[in-house]
Amino acid sequence: MRPAFSVVLLTTLIGLGQGLFLALFTAQSYALFDLLPRQDLHTFYAYGSLLALAFLAAGLAASFFHLGRPERAWRSAAQWRSSWLSREVIVLPLFMAVVLVYGIAHWAGGGPALIVLPSGIGIDVTVLAGVLGTLLGFLLFVCTGMIYACLRFLPEWHSPLTVINYILLGGASGFTLASLFASVAAPGLSGFFGGWAIIITLLGATGRAASLLRNSRLAPRSVLQTAIGIKHPKIAQKSQGFTGESFNTREFFHGRSAALFSSVKWFFLAAAFVLPVALLAAALASTAAAHLLAAAFLVQYCGLLAERWFFFAQASHPQNLYYQTAS
Amino acid sequence: MTQLALVIDLNVCVGCQACVTSCKEWNTSGAAGTMSDERPYDADPSGTFFNRVQTFEVGEFPDTETVHFPKSCLHCEDPPCVPVCPTGASYKRPEDGIVLVDYDKCIGCKYCSWACPYGARELDEKQKVMKKCTLCVDRIYDAALPERDRRPACVMACPTSARLFGDIHDPSSAVSIAIRESGGYPLMPEWGTHPANHYLPRRKTRLRIHDDELERADNPLKIDSQLPKPAQSEPSLDDVTSW
Repeated sequence: MRPAFSVVLLTTLIGLGQGLFLALFTAQSYALFDLLPRQDLHTFYAYGSLLALAFLAAGLAASFFHLGRPERAWRSAAQWRSSWLSREVIVLPLFMAVVLVYGIAHWAGGGPALIVLPSGIGIDVTVLAGVLGTLLGFLLFVCTGMIYACLRFLPEWHSPLTVINYILLGGASGFTLASLFASVAAPGLSGFFGGWAIIITLLGATGRAASLLRNSRLAPRSVLQTAIGIKHPKIAQKSQGFTGESFNTREFFHGRSAALFSSVKWFFLAAAFVLPVALLAAALASTAAAHLLAAAFLVQYCGLLAERWFFFAQASHPQNLYYQTAS
Repeated sequence: MTQLALVIDLNVCVGCQACVTSCKEWNTSGAAGTMSDERPYDADPSGTFFNRVQTFEVGEFPDTETVHFPKSCLHCEDPPCVPVCPTGASYKRPEDGIVLVDYDKCIGCKYCSWACPYGARELDEKQKVMKKCTLCVDRIYDAALPERDRRPACVMACPTSARLFGDIHDPSSAVSIAIRESGGYPLMPEWGTHPANHYLPRRKTRLRIHDDELERADNPLKIDSQLPKPAQSEPSLDDVTSW
């Protein structure tokens, strides 16, 4: 498939926004149950939500560039019963609205406890919005991943690993960003986020390695013999029916050399996983950590852009069997 | 239930591209708008087509056969492109099984083309909506046309009658009989999409001539033998020579 930069940006940016929100609410939940020292961090959470919202909005804006008719985008919420794309279109704005409510509630100081748990922990609006946002954040990851995983014709995508990797890679980049943001706005939390960022990045590396291994062993289900229904071991296309190009030759071939394709893989393995873990570990050990965390975040995001490019480019579509030779 | 479909006889198709041009001519002139072409007279032309005729070489030289292979939307009975559409622009008509795109609802997200294993859908570069074969739905029901013209443009154009059109759910239709009796098969059956369009395989055609068919050995009056019998390389004349 030809990677569309609008979709590469959409999936990486909203993954970052979702991951950042999940990181923020993870810290708040820890503090709620006294696993982290309680501090007055309402401003931190409010600005953090704004940052997450900015990434989600940027991703949403990027998605419009993928549409041929962006002015009709509102129609895409119609088929939520059958289409994962439609479900994503509904869940993304819902999630953004909850992140906004979460941020505003923190900005307003959290408000009074609405429910008091038997252990004496007060549940206010920020906690309710946080729980709802966490559910929607995961749901959005599932929707985004399933858009690709549900296509059975693309064996590289048709696996639970696709959804798992969207969750882990979005989470990893979000926690790295949270660590960077906290190093500026709430230094006490930077180490907490950084530790989780290392763990999730390592889990993401495992998941992505598993999918690379799986994809390297895939055998195509469709071959030229089933594509045209002639059972002869030796068939060669002499003409695809036209001498120029068409949508079929543009959309479904990445058109890059095998050398570039392979080097993108090694680049993203280094930039999305190895380097960020090293930089995060160095930042945890150092005192002036902000610039190391900034480097970790930027390197990891570039790595994830390459990872997403590779994800699309690696998928080989069975329609390509019909478009092998122009003459 | 009706399921309209094409049955394409690969044994007869000569790859003349008449169906391609006829399809383009009819459908680019319709109410749905043009099927746009980019740089049609330049070195790298590109354009929207509903129907393509491809050519394959089967076998190894010198024992090869050339197979011309027309390919358009197969109007699957379980179309994978329809449920993925986020807007409902792609749909399968319950009354005749034609898979269509509502060009006024399509947002051009290309997701349906990813979900079609046959590459039957093409995004129009001018209108920015997904397009595909309509089985000439604006023609086959047109009561203003004579009955014999109410067939898809590609079927009308085919000079060798390689394209049959009809209801594959009606067991007595010409297409059903062709599928049943001439070994009709679907493309990529491994995906379970149940394409409505079928293809008829290549067949070996041999003409066997025996001596008695040439010499009229069964002629009871033996007239042949009474006539002069020139050498086989020379010209012969009915009722004048015996060849």
